[in-house]
Amino acid sequence: MPSLEKNHCSEEMSEEQLLIELDKILDDYIGKPGALIPVLQIAQRMFGYLPDASLKLISKRLDKPYSEVAGVVSFYSFFSTVPRGKYLVRVCLGTACYVRGGKEVLEALKNELNIDVGETTEDKIFSLDIGRCFGACGLAPVIMINDDVHQRVKPAKVYDILNTYRLKEEKSEVKK
Amino acid sequence: MAKIQINDKKIEVKDGLTILESADIAGINIPTLCHVKGGKPRGACRVCVVEVEGARNLQASCSTPIKDGMVIKTNTRRVRKARQTVVELILSEHDGDCKTCDRNNDCELQELARELSISNIRYEGSKTKRRIDDSTPALIRDSGKCIKCGRCVTVCSEIQSVGSIFQQHRGFATVVGPAFDKNLEDVVCVQCGQCAAICPVGAIIEKTHIDYVWDALDNPKKYVVVQTAPAIRAALGECFGNPPGTLVTGKMTTALRLLGFDSIFDTNFAADLTIMEEGTELLTRLKKAIVDKKNVALPMFTSCSPAWIKFAEHFYPDMLDNISTCKSPQQMFGAVAKTYFAKKINKDPKDIVVVSVMPCTAKKYEAQRPEMNDSGEKDVDYVLTTRELAKMIKQAGIDFNILSDSEMDSPLGLSSGAADIFANTGGVMEAAVRTAYEIVTGKPLPLNNLHIEPIAGLQGVKKASLKIEETLSEWSFLKGVELKVAVAHGLGNARKILDAIKENKENFHFVEIMSCPGGCIGGGGQPRFTTDDVRLKRIQAIYKEDEGKKLRKSHENPDIIKLYEEFLGKPLGEKSHHLLHTEYTQRCKA
Repeated sequence: MPSLEKNHCSEEMSEEQLLIELDKILDDYIGKPGALIPVLQIAQRMFGYLPDASLKLISKRLDKPYSEVAGVVSFYSFFSTVPRGKYLVRVCLGTACYVRGGKEVLEALKNELNIDVGETTEDKIFSLDIGRCFGACGLAPVIMINDDVHQRVKPAKVYDILNTYRLKEEKSEVKK
Repeated sequence: MAKIQINDKKIEVKDGLTILESADIAGINIPTLCHVKGGKPRGACRVCVVEVEGARNLQASCSTPIKDGMVIKTNTRRVRKARQTVVELILSEHDGDCKTCDRNNDCELQELARELSISNIRYEGSKTKRRIDDSTPALIRDSGKCIKCGRCVTVCSEIQSVGSIFQQHRGFATVVGPAFDKNLEDVVCVQCGQCAAICPVGAIIEKTHIDYVWDALDNPKKYVVVQTAPAIRAALGECFGNPPGTLVTGKMTTALRLLGFDSIFDTNFAADLTIMEEGTELLTRLKKAIVDKKNVALPMFTSCSPAWIKFAEHFYPDMLDNISTCKSPQQMFGAVAKTYFAKKINKDPKDIVVVSVMPCTAKKYEAQRPEMNDSGEKDVDYVLTTRELAKMIKQAGIDFNILSDSEMDSPLGLSSGAADIFANTGGVMEAAVRTAYEIVTGKPLPLNNLHIEPIAGLQGVKKASLKIEETLSEWSFLKGVELKVAVAHGLGNARKILDAIKENKENFHFVEIMSCPGGCIGGGGQPRFTTDDVRLKRIQAIYKEDEGKKLRKSHENPDIIKLYEEFLGKPLGEKSHHLLHTEYTQRCKA
């Protein structure tokens, strides 16, 4: 599965340049069955989200109706059509996580970040979303922050978990 | 072959069929809300569940293939209870009030609830969120009534290859509609209305003009003329309980008179006019290509179907020069009614209201295109679908089935059999060839009963060729030319032939395209429910109407000849060019 982390060069590349890149990548997927979801994942990794222009390009190149592309994008909570923060916090609300307190963890995250599900913090560092089973039910409740899995999360631990990422950000700010 | 048993019937059916298809062969009815005969299984509504011996759960019969030795029960207590539960659950979400719904008494969900004797909805759940999209000139979508069966998605993407709508979001929040909850007006939609024709409930309907028409009829200052498309007479009867294929031309004319229209005219008249213009245009293009060696766009495409025009404007903007510049018969009629006819009755065109009755929703869109006002006024004011006309007749308390027959009025009411067949796939081509062949050779088309058989019927893409042996001296350049024609109906089939032409895999002189499967007789505004059986019966009725006429060719229509003598001059002349021809607009794809 493609990494959630933004492509490093994407910071410098403009959206137009990224579209040209995406167009080139799409060459390998023309006419291949089941190409839509992998292509959407690649695009989301490149742009950090799925801008309208990228979806229109994908629709055109894969010869799929725009409505169908949009239908797939809106079906999966993994895909976003609005820019997201650097770190995507996803709280599992699958059955196991739900019964072991996932919902309380989600509430704690909402309070701590002061945003609702689907939103992004003002400093563009965190976005919050829910997920449906990451396949780690034995570690419930689970949250994922980009590709990191955090297990047996308790509402009280939420501040500490977020803080490790906040500290990382502060360090990189200082380096710059 | 597989031997199976359904209820007490033992039958042998082809491998690969589904339980639903096998039951149909056995004459056993299994209800369904999402499946369309001949279409791919969807398994969306779960109404078609049956018991299969050895299977733990009930199986959706539309998507379960049969196996040799299978024993199926379609009518057990368990099956009946499950179907009731499914329909109750659908009803519990369905935000609609049957009494005031456009589909009252014409609704598959309502009918099913009645068949299953549902008297109580035991589930008090949330209702589907209502959002009304009335952004387009032809269609209204109401998400509250949608049962998410997906039929409209199938017809829009697979049959029409347009893809305006798709399932968005998921679970209870699923909405069937354009991308990202946009309005239909803001995405590519050709307004063909096949979605409205196939919707089992009232979630997609035509935008009605009934009230405007009543207002015009009630206004003593207005002279209201009505035109009826060729396809109406073979379908309107179905709205009054007649079997498909019942011809009701005379009764329809009487009903229109009783409704209070001042003149009852015929779009067929304008269809004959279209043939004069379009036939001449084809011959002119051929002459330019063969004699003058000029670069003209060939093949020429027909231009009667407004959804096809919009489809080409969006998806084939580089081929617009290939489309005949002729307006559709509806629009030709409007332009002639508000000029030639207005002068005849000494009326200001402002005081004339032109109402069309069309089998089509896209005609509502076409009538309001900004360029459609060459008479100086809006050429066609209001467009009713076949279904809307039936409603008006019912509103007026007219007992349609006991009406006597009457004739249409003069001078825009007389038509040839060639105009009748505009209603079905292959018809415009045949009508054009009947006239063009005779102009070129001076002899009638040498075919059985004037029919070009290879282009009749429901095959998606049809082709024919005709060698021109002898010609009149004026057309000697066509001597020995093999005229190649093609016919496609349903925009998915149109796409196939367009792509083949674009890639130089096929070449033709003339191509007929109708947007809806079967042609206008299967239009988005026709009585529901249009299956292939119904299409064939309506087509039979249309051919019967054609063959029953003395006049079989457009150029022999004396009122058309008179129109040219008194008013238009000649086909493709200056006046024709101004009133009867149009231009097209390149539009974006998404």
